[in-house]
Amino acid sequence: MSAQVPQLEARDFSAVSPKKPWKLSPREVAVNASTIVIALILSPIIVQITPLKGKLGLVLTFILVATVGNIVLSFLRQGVQAIGNSIASTFIFLAAGLVLLPVASIFFTVIMRGYHALRINTFTQDMSVAQSDGPFTEGGALHAILGTLMLVLIASLISVPIGILTALYLTEVKGRAEGLIRFLVQAMSGVPSIVAGLFIYSVLIVGAGGHYSGFAGGLSLSILMLPTVARTAEEVLKLIPRDLREAGVALGGTQWRTVVMVVVPAARSGIVTAIILGVARVAGETAPLLLTILGSTATHLNPMDAPTSALPLYTFNLLRTGLNVAIDRAWTGALVLMILVLILFVLARLASGRKK
Amino acid sequence: MSDVMEFEGNQDNISTKTYLEEAVSQQEISSLASVVSHHSTPSSQPLGTGLEARGVHAWFGKHHALADVNLDFPAGTVTALIGPSGCGKSTFLRTLNRMHEFIPGAAMAGEVLLDGKDIYEPGTDVTKIRLKVGMVFQKPNPFPSMTIAENVLAGLKLAQLKAVNKDDLLEECLHRAGLWNEVKDRLKAHGGSLSGGQQQRLCIARALAVKPEVLLMDEPCSALDPGSTLKVEETVRQLIESVIVVIVTHNMQQAARVSDYTGFFLSDGGPGQLIETAPTSEIFSRPKDPRTEAYVTGRFG
Repeated sequence: MSAQVPQLEARDFSAVSPKKPWKLSPREVAVNASTIVIALILSPIIVQITPLKGKLGLVLTFILVATVGNIVLSFLRQGVQAIGNSIASTFIFLAAGLVLLPVASIFFTVIMRGYHALRINTFTQDMSVAQSDGPFTEGGALHAILGTLMLVLIASLISVPIGILTALYLTEVKGRAEGLIRFLVQAMSGVPSIVAGLFIYSVLIVGAGGHYSGFAGGLSLSILMLPTVARTAEEVLKLIPRDLREAGVALGGTQWRTVVMVVVPAARSGIVTAIILGVARVAGETAPLLLTILGSTATHLNPMDAPTSALPLYTFNLLRTGLNVAIDRAWTGALVLMILVLILFVLARLASGRKK
Repeated sequence: MSDVMEFEGNQDNISTKTYLEEAVSQQEISSLASVVSHHSTPSSQPLGTGLEARGVHAWFGKHHALADVNLDFPAGTVTALIGPSGCGKSTFLRTLNRMHEFIPGAAMAGEVLLDGKDIYEPGTDVTKIRLKVGMVFQKPNPFPSMTIAENVLAGLKLAQLKAVNKDDLLEECLHRAGLWNEVKDRLKAHGGSLSGGQQQRLCIARALAVKPEVLLMDEPCSALDPGSTLKVEETVRQLIESVIVVIVTHNMQQAARVSDYTGFFLSDGGPGQLIETAPTSEIFSRPKDPRTEAYVTGRFG
């Protein structure tokens, strides 16, 4: 039925090797590096002979000298047109570097201060068996780790389904209330976290006479998580081409089955990102927990009945003691929280990247 | 090319009836019936009385896009819809399986009779209409989260049909779409890993798996290379054994190669209208309307 593909005669291409002519030559790389070196040498000298002083002055001078060097270099190589490009790329690199700086600094600080008090028992014991200023071999953050996992789980169980359904309402149903819902979700994402805590406190704990509990904490976190999940999921679902929806419907699927079988699976990794962002939004929240879970030194796994703990609150309460040993424990709490969030991210990514 | 010449040669002496008698073997029909247990078992009578458009109009909001189209699609035929861009042929195509209403602000008037019954009659289950009147889109759109095999069988899942033997159905549909030999060793690969032409034939196989009575094709070859185009056209010619095909195309050679009847649409800025419809050989050799002649000879459009 189909014609054979015609054969090509055998030819020897071994004399040609792959090249990348668009890459900078070693000489150009050396020249580029030398401008940085020159800037490094020049900036201390300039700081010495001008009124600019201190580390900040040094950094600013370095940036300025390196930028000017780059501009001159690109002008010499490619003429006037290249100047704008050179300025833009210099500032973009600088901005990227400036963003990385605080992130790296936070990681570095938390790790350096947090590892002192990190022991096996950090993960196996809670603080009911130890004084906060006791030796590091006693007590740990187990109650806070479990508390944080429980809170994130409760908040996710509430926010993920509601958030995704909200996103589906906005992108698939496009009902009459579309504009209103989108506005409310946006407004909700601006709610200060302490207000979310206060709301649950006044409704559930004062109003309904409930307990300080993991459930109350999870509810307050779900208020913060919902708009993040809904908005991110909406953006992702909007990217799914209309073609796919039409193909599903044209095959005799109802709208709901098309959404479940075609649209959502096509957006799966993006929806996982939405959930990750939601978890990231709430895992480190402290303020609403002050008003809803209160804090505890013992492990409470029942989310309904008693005050419980969470890593941010554990960190906060230990810091407040002002005791050196307790402050070291607090840094460890922060480190454990970071590791925990990292593990959750990696697990979520692995789950979404899985191919059949 | 020889295959194509045969098609053209055939067209003069095609009478729908003899074509039917030649093409449909009873074995083929019963084999179809054994594969899918359908809600209304159209497979036991794959060739209904056909599809008819009666005074079809279409609007997008206030824009009157299509006016008063009357066109019959007899069983066992391929009908090509040609005309310049914006003349309403795609819009008309989408009224035939109620995909038109998928666009916000869409409205329509008139009747579309499938086996004598108006598909716009109140109370009609629209998903069942789309099951009987399948569609292949301009851009290949395999479901990205599914494998090749899952793509072909997606319609069964979407419409919640039961297949007696999914493997047989899979192979049959891929054969009919002319894709089996190219993908039989990698049915578990993702649909997106195929070339554009293969993806489009995958979409045809997917549309065939739910055993439609009618297959609507909206410029199915506009994104394909000549080789893939030829394969899709071969596929279309084989389909008429059991499916009525309606194909929108900008390629007049394609219309001449694949279709038995051709309808010419035209718009002068107002709503698009059906200017002329006739057996394809007549449209291209001795069109009755001077505007049709001007278009098919390439003087405008």
